[in-house]
Amino acid sequence: MVEGLVNNNIFEMKDFSIYYGHFLAVKKVTLNIGVNKITAIIGPSGCGKSTLLRSLNRMNDLIMNSWVEGHSLFKGVDIYQKDTDVIELRKRVGMVFQKPNPFPNSVYENVAFGPKIRGIRKKSQLDEIVENALVRADLWKEVRDKLNESGMSLSGGQMQRLCIARSLAQEPEVLLFDEPTSALDPISTANIENLLQELRKTVTIVIVTHNMQQAARVSDYTAFMYLGEMIEFGNTDTLFVNPHNKLTEEYITGRFG
Amino acid sequence: MIHGTYNRFGSSEWIRKKKFNLKENFFLSLIRTLGFTGAIILVIILFFVAYNGIQVLSWEFITQPPVEAMTKGGIFPVIVGTVLLTFLCMIVVIPIGVTTAIFLAEYSKPGILLKTIMMSIYTLAGVPSVVFGLFGLTVFVVAFQFGMSLLAGSLTLAVMVLPYIISISEEAIKAVPYSFREASLACGATKWQTIQKVVVPTAMPGILTGSILGTAKVSGETAPIMFTAAAFFTPGVPRSLLEPVMALPYHIYVLATAGTHIEETRPIQYGTALTLIALVLGMNLLGIILRTRQRAKKAW
Amino acid sequence: MAIFDEELNALKEKVLKLCCMVEVAIRDSVHSLVERNSELAKEVIKRDHLINALDVKIDEECVKLIALRQPMARDLRFITTAMKITTDLERMGDLAVNIAERAIELNEEPQLKPYVNIPKIAEITQEMVRDSLDAFVRGCSTLPYEVIKRDDEVDDLTVKNFNELVGFMIRDPKIIPIAIKRTYVAKYLERIADHATNIAEMVIYMCKGKMIRHIAPTES
Repeated sequence: MVEGLVNNNIFEMKDFSIYYGHFLAVKKVTLNIGVNKITAIIGPSGCGKSTLLRSLNRMNDLIMNSWVEGHSLFKGVDIYQKDTDVIELRKRVGMVFQKPNPFPNSVYENVAFGPKIRGIRKKSQLDEIVENALVRADLWKEVRDKLNESGMSLSGGQMQRLCIARSLAQEPEVLLFDEPTSALDPISTANIENLLQELRKTVTIVIVTHNMQQAARVSDYTAFMYLGEMIEFGNTDTLFVNPHNKLTEEYITGRFG
Repeated sequence: MIHGTYNRFGSSEWIRKKKFNLKENFFLSLIRTLGFTGAIILVIILFFVAYNGIQVLSWEFITQPPVEAMTKGGIFPVIVGTVLLTFLCMIVVIPIGVTTAIFLAEYSKPGILLKTIMMSIYTLAGVPSVVFGLFGLTVFVVAFQFGMSLLAGSLTLAVMVLPYIISISEEAIKAVPYSFREASLACGATKWQTIQKVVVPTAMPGILTGSILGTAKVSGETAPIMFTAAAFFTPGVPRSLLEPVMALPYHIYVLATAGTHIEETRPIQYGTALTLIALVLGMNLLGIILRTRQRAKKAW
Repeated sequence: MAIFDEELNALKEKVLKLCCMVEVAIRDSVHSLVERNSELAKEVIKRDHLINALDVKIDEECVKLIALRQPMARDLRFITTAMKITTDLERMGDLAVNIAERAIELNEEPQLKPYVNIPKIAEITQEMVRDSLDAFVRGCSTLPYEVIKRDDEVDDLTVKNFNELVGFMIRDPKIIPIAIKRTYVAKYLERIADHATNIAEMVIYMCKGKMIRHIAPTES
């Protein structure tokens, strides 16, 4: 059930399934991610939303025995073809994790990590990229004087924004967020939600969250998953005010999950 | 007696300490005693050696070679020999050990091959040191024709300490949180880039510390060098890798059993022992201090 | 959440109580006119403050539930519907008071002609009110649509009543004050019917999630 289909879809999944060995974790999902929009994926624990998210940048390759069926297209190209350059994919589709995980290096080194991997060596170039990324992540003002301090000396909310800056330094087209604020306090959470609204102007965002209110606050489109299936997908307003599917309604009114 | 507001619980007896708990105190005392025993034994040995050896300790002792059939003089070449053996051994073993550890921790898939490798490493670690000596004799001294030499000795020591270095490096590598690897890969790094730029640098303090501790172990080994490197006497420091060397543990053995003036050289034996203990203790202390500082810094 | 379900039920009960109070007020106000019972009319006027108080309480409860429970979907539509229809119900109560006030005045005067149209309008209006509130309770059905359709009947009867009374006024200008008041009463009933239509439209929104208010019947 798809409503509000956007013409510009940066990701298109058709009958896409993800297996772990014999276990079918994601069942024949059809989902389109619109360009420069925020798409949220909600659902109870174990419904497969994180698995689905990770398949977008093939991070679930890291899990043994994981394999897929169906099509998952990024800008029209099937990313699960044999000859896909996964490294290149991950540069364009970045990821921010639930628990902030900056490297045990300085703030500068954390953000410069991506560009350095790409082969950029000139200090002036790196400086510019680092500053840009930190500005975009709304962290520059707070850390401009402590670029050489350890990334781990920051507060939880700052560390998460540092991780966002680290991903942004690769100039990705899509940013995937896996429950990015569940380990943070309410104020840091609000900061990051505001940041997402800003980032959406230049980056497509897909966010997995178990907090329905967050999905309602932040996203343009919401997908509801249950037991591996895509139950409903549509405009956030419609889904939260007048969902089409009974199961969706029961979940968002808190009758289960 | 202060009257609190919670009088409904009756008196405040329930929070006062109960009478003497025999079982509790007995075990506590037992554990304390046994714990101290280890420390006490160490102190006794140190004291014993120090008491007997302190008389010969001096700057000359450390910098002069032995003279007059080793009844007088210093142990300079002996110290040099131990240092060279240890140094060479570590140069060989650390790259091999760390690389193996990287392979085991990052690249190997669980299965028969991995299990076989791990079993081999554990078994190797359990082999008695004298067997390594025999192995070194057969392979390095005879088959490779290095003869009794610094080279043969360090290689034998390397083989002996390899399992330890592998396991300590593997531990350090595995201690790097998975989240760092995830973050690196999600930034578009390849597996090797992740290992090279994130995993190994993060594990390096642990690896270094482990290596220092390994060095301490190696410098005190006698059996492996007995058949492969150690000489009864060399006039000075070795001029090439293929020459035999003197070594601290072996020197003690030699003076105490095979020398011509066993009783006379007793003080020198203790002096040598003291030097060796000082060396080992020093390196262990350095390793522990580094490890403590590193643990305090990395707050993950 | 069980406690939320209880609160929703409690809210529904309150709305139903308000419904009852308003239905009784309308019925009694019409009776007080037709049976020329001014005492009854005074009762209706007196009880109006209870209707107003309950309306306020329901509104407060709805705002509290929105703040504290963050209702979604069906629950959200139920609460917002409850808020809106109590406004309509309170207005209906005020209109009943207006009818009662005219009744007191008309009862002092001789009866112009038998009350024929007004009871008819009153009957249809009261049926519409009952049906729209039934629809609110029972949920989705065809009932609200029927309520909306009957509004035309009420409008027609009101016009008929007006025309008849105008005829009387032309023939005998002395009775104009009385006749005018009778047109007012018909108007009040017609407004009550409009409010009942509003309620029916809100009930459709609650069920289907589609706003059909202010849309002509042919479009919905």
